[in-house]
Amino acid sequence: MKDSIYRSHVLICTGTGCVSSGAKTLKDSLAEELAANDLSGEIKIVETGCHGFCEKGPIMIVYPEGVFYCEVQSDDVAEIVEEHLLKGRTVERLLFKEPMTEEQIPSYQDIDFYKKQQRIALANCGKIDPEDIDEYIALGGYEAAGKVLTEMDAQEVVNTIKDSGLRGRGGGGFPTGLKWQFAKNSESDKKYLICNADEGDPGAFMDRSILEGDPHRIIEGMLVAAYAIGADEGYVYVRAEYPLAIKRLEKAIEDAEEYGLLGDDIFSSGFNFKLHIKKGAGAFVCGEETALMNSIEGKRGMPTPRPPYPAVRGLWGKPTNINNVETYANIPYIINEGADKFTAIGTEGSSGTKVFALTGKINNTGLVEVPMGTTLKEVIFEIGGGLGQGKKFKAVQTGGPSGGCLPEDYLDLPIDYDSLLDAGTMMGSGGMVVMDEDSCMVDVARFFLNFTQSESCGKCTPCREGTKRMLEILNRITDGEGKEGDIDLLLELGEHIKSTSLCGLGQSAPNPVLSTVRYFRDEYEAHIHDGNCPAGVCEDLAGAYVIDEEACIGCSKCAKVCPVDAISGEIKNPFTIDPDVCIACGACEPECPVDAISQG
Amino acid sequence: MSKVKLTIDEQTVEVDEDSSILEAAKEIGVDIPILCYHPDLSLHGACRVCVVEDEESGKLLASCASPVRDGMKINTRSMKARKARRRNVELLLANHPNDCLGCDRNNHCELQDLTYELGIKSEDVEKFAGEQSEYEIDETGPALRRDPNKCVLCGRCVRICEEVQGVSALQFTERGFNSIVTTAFDLPQAEINCVNCGQCATVCPVGAITEISEIDKVWAALEDEDKHVLVQTAPSIQATLGEEFGMETGTVVRGKMVAALRKLGFDQVFSTDFAADLTILEEGSEFLKKLNGEGELPHITSCCPGWVKGAEHNFPDLLKHVSSAKSPMQMFSALSKTYYPDQTGVDPEKIYTVAVMPCTAKKFEKDREEINGSDFKDTDAVLTTREFARMIKEMGIDFTSLPEEDFDELMGESTGAGTIFGTTGGVAEAAVRTVKEKLTGEPLERLNLGFRGINEAEVRIGDRVIKVGIANGFGNAQKLLEKVRSGESDLDFIEIMACPHGCVGGGGQPRPATNEKKEKRGQGLAAIDDTSKIRKSHENPQIIKLYDEFLGEPLGGESHHLLHTKYKARPKN
Repeated sequence: MKDSIYRSHVLICTGTGCVSSGAKTLKDSLAEELAANDLSGEIKIVETGCHGFCEKGPIMIVYPEGVFYCEVQSDDVAEIVEEHLLKGRTVERLLFKEPMTEEQIPSYQDIDFYKKQQRIALANCGKIDPEDIDEYIALGGYEAAGKVLTEMDAQEVVNTIKDSGLRGRGGGGFPTGLKWQFAKNSESDKKYLICNADEGDPGAFMDRSILEGDPHRIIEGMLVAAYAIGADEGYVYVRAEYPLAIKRLEKAIEDAEEYGLLGDDIFSSGFNFKLHIKKGAGAFVCGEETALMNSIEGKRGMPTPRPPYPAVRGLWGKPTNINNVETYANIPYIINEGADKFTAIGTEGSSGTKVFALTGKINNTGLVEVPMGTTLKEVIFEIGGGLGQGKKFKAVQTGGPSGGCLPEDYLDLPIDYDSLLDAGTMMGSGGMVVMDEDSCMVDVARFFLNFTQSESCGKCTPCREGTKRMLEILNRITDGEGKEGDIDLLLELGEHIKSTSLCGLGQSAPNPVLSTVRYFRDEYEAHIHDGNCPAGVCEDLAGAYVIDEEACIGCSKCAKVCPVDAISGEIKNPFTIDPDVCIACGACEPECPVDAISQG
Repeated sequence: MSKVKLTIDEQTVEVDEDSSILEAAKEIGVDIPILCYHPDLSLHGACRVCVVEDEESGKLLASCASPVRDGMKINTRSMKARKARRRNVELLLANHPNDCLGCDRNNHCELQDLTYELGIKSEDVEKFAGEQSEYEIDETGPALRRDPNKCVLCGRCVRICEEVQGVSALQFTERGFNSIVTTAFDLPQAEINCVNCGQCATVCPVGAITEISEIDKVWAALEDEDKHVLVQTAPSIQATLGEEFGMETGTVVRGKMVAALRKLGFDQVFSTDFAADLTILEEGSEFLKKLNGEGELPHITSCCPGWVKGAEHNFPDLLKHVSSAKSPMQMFSALSKTYYPDQTGVDPEKIYTVAVMPCTAKKFEKDREEINGSDFKDTDAVLTTREFARMIKEMGIDFTSLPEEDFDELMGESTGAGTIFGTTGGVAEAAVRTVKEKLTGEPLERLNLGFRGINEAEVRIGDRVIKVGIANGFGNAQKLLEKVRSGESDLDFIEIMACPHGCVGGGGQPRPATNEKKEKRGQGLAAIDDTSKIRKSHENPQIIKLYDEFLGEPLGGESHHLLHTKYKARPKN
């Protein structure tokens, strides 16, 4: 069927997000409906990787028109076939509606979420069938590898990457070309190349989406890197929790081997490269490169001191280069388009683009790729469509669980490695969590520290013992038992852990606490000194609810939902809430038909 | 190797480029506090106690794990560095039982020393008070006691067990605050492949791994008027006990040791060295038989109980090569309850035997079900060198000023050959000495197999060349034995000692232990051999008397019954 010509292509996103919102059933229903209408030979269904707009999944794009349908369910299939595919009329009710303007947008390039993006790493995601190597090749895939292996020497490749200014997209931001140079300079009979796909930040899914949506791009990026440093064997270290990514990568490796793009004498250049997949068991710390290598070697995933750096002594003692998925995803573009074109994107110190996983209290949750230097405001309000339910912006957390929280004053901050660091947070692997006025910043800090604390490998003292003590302090503050001096103790411990921990996990774990103390100290003080959680999140600090006797109509709806029987009264007479029993859960408030209940 | 020049605390030092800051500092007498670092083990870099300040960047560096760089300026004494060290020790103490007074390591504890030296006060630790780890103490023994509540997760035990001993009985599990060092599947100590060598206990900086103490049992026996208490001391003790009393490492304290034992109230003070000579006669005869085609070569020694258990777990196929001769301690104990009553008329039922050993595995060996030769339990109690020293201290004996005394008659005489059993290469040397002379009448030149982990030598005996090999440290032993297993090795006689450097490096020896110290202790024993009047086991007059009056011939019926044993295969894990 590959050679047939279709009049329409229907692209259905089958990334993990859309699959979980029903993309597989949608695809099956569509296939049935097309067959029933005898359209199977005219219209082709293409399963693609992630479009990034997971909030609106399942996503369907109909070509050649490029009409973007969102939140499509099986029930909608008959109408799409009847109206759009047979009669050529757009099904308007399934079009995307801009949250701010309510305007319906038929074409996805015109949606704000996509309009402001510039897609390099995600270029093919959502566009091609990731399980079809020919589709990747048709869009210029493996041209960069071909060029490198047949026309360039290794140093030229390293120089190109150096000139591009590409920095590690996994979080550290170390110059990729320099890293390759170190590995290239190490003399050894054997070198390894590793792709770090141990994406562990909660809520982050850029690496997964690239592997699911465009696995050949990673293979190609690795091929270029392997040639540049002189490695003949590589590993993709990917979490076992990413079954779809693993399946598609396995298929991609098989196909690439079959096409002679992996294995021996690639492009008749004499260059050999063998690629393996190593499944990780989901330890956050295994994203740290030395822990990752220990894990590949079958040891406990625990970091070891650097130096020696992997470029000198890495996997099984051999020089090794490790880059993140997104870093490799940029390589084919740089080789094909040239370093100059890449440096033209982004800022002086941070060239190119960065993919972010946009989550939290935001309208357009999803995956976005923007040029470095884009401001937080542009990402949150223009691409992200602003905050939901008319809520007020309070903070944005970048850099995953070890990142920091920035307040409204920083919305104009350009997103690049150095600006974020200066502001007390970091790029990390690209998590971006938006918080509104209902978020308690102490609770937020506690949430993130709880994660890093329990994911600490337990090796070094400051991270193992120190984060535990910080968490205990945060717990008592949110429990209403904060003490005088707790804030200073948090700062002291936080700085201590940062400056003496063995690996990046400990060196960054206190960031959420330090940055929230820096920007939201008043909230900490309110908890400790006034016994008050200004956002009303910390249950032990929240006041009991009260009923306005004048307004109450005595309907008893509130009493029926109270889980602790704190509300009593007689029908048609005002009800009352016992403040000693009330746990301030807030269940009663929305039940009241006359808005007579409020928190005291 | 090229050199780099750096400044540490304003002093310039030039060191090899692969040195760490810690090593460079040591060169110029700058003492940086350490906890997880151990000179004989791989770098771990976990405790962060050895942090120093890089003056240029202001960054704190773990000096053990940071290599020197040319032009580097390091400050080990800045307030920033000292504060960071203190903070890390405070954090450790906040999750530590801090029950120092009742702890086995009180006054010998690296954490306690750091607390004092860094000026940490109770309130500094209370500031971080919170949840404390609560784990069960594993006393299933029979040799070692593990109290994970005291563990500071320095990983020295894990490293020595894996890197040096090749056993890997202990590992880190769990994450974060719940991290713990434990056995595979949390199995009790008694049910694992641990060889009881106790190397973990010698490197543990705190009281998390110690021997199972038998001090109280021995006090009770000494107090019991009905009991006739015999004590034997292993060859290496005389060269290590002095360390417990501040004496220079390797000082030989045989005479003071004997005097101390008498003061403790032992009825007879004997020497395991005597039984070592006996072992040579039994084992030497066994080896001679094998040389003559009766039995398979290589012949492998059996005096080390750590090695024997290790062989049962890992080399069941080689057990047929292992000498059936019991260890000197067990030979001695068997005679204590047979030969000794025979000669003295003491009722054997009343005899209580105590062995002072450099070894924790001996505590296991004495309880082996097949080990007893007499009608009683041959060895009643095993004390380590450390336990013995504590008893001396409890009695208030001023050890260093004790007079020199001699062992008691009957089973106290020994030769230089018996004494060097306590160090690597000693058993092989002693055995070949006797074998060569018995076969040819010619004395043996010193083999000096030295302190290397694995060593080999060839000895010409008559018209035959005998290949002798030694391995110390169970990791080295495994390397050598894999070669035997594969047929790559053509050795005739192999001495295995499970501890690095042999018994002088035993798991029951004074702490802290390093290879440097172990070497000095071995030199102490070699010096005794060099100056001994009798240097060959078969010339020990008390051994001659023993065979004449009691045992008959080596490998004879009575010898076989009392002095030989058998082994069994055990699961690998």
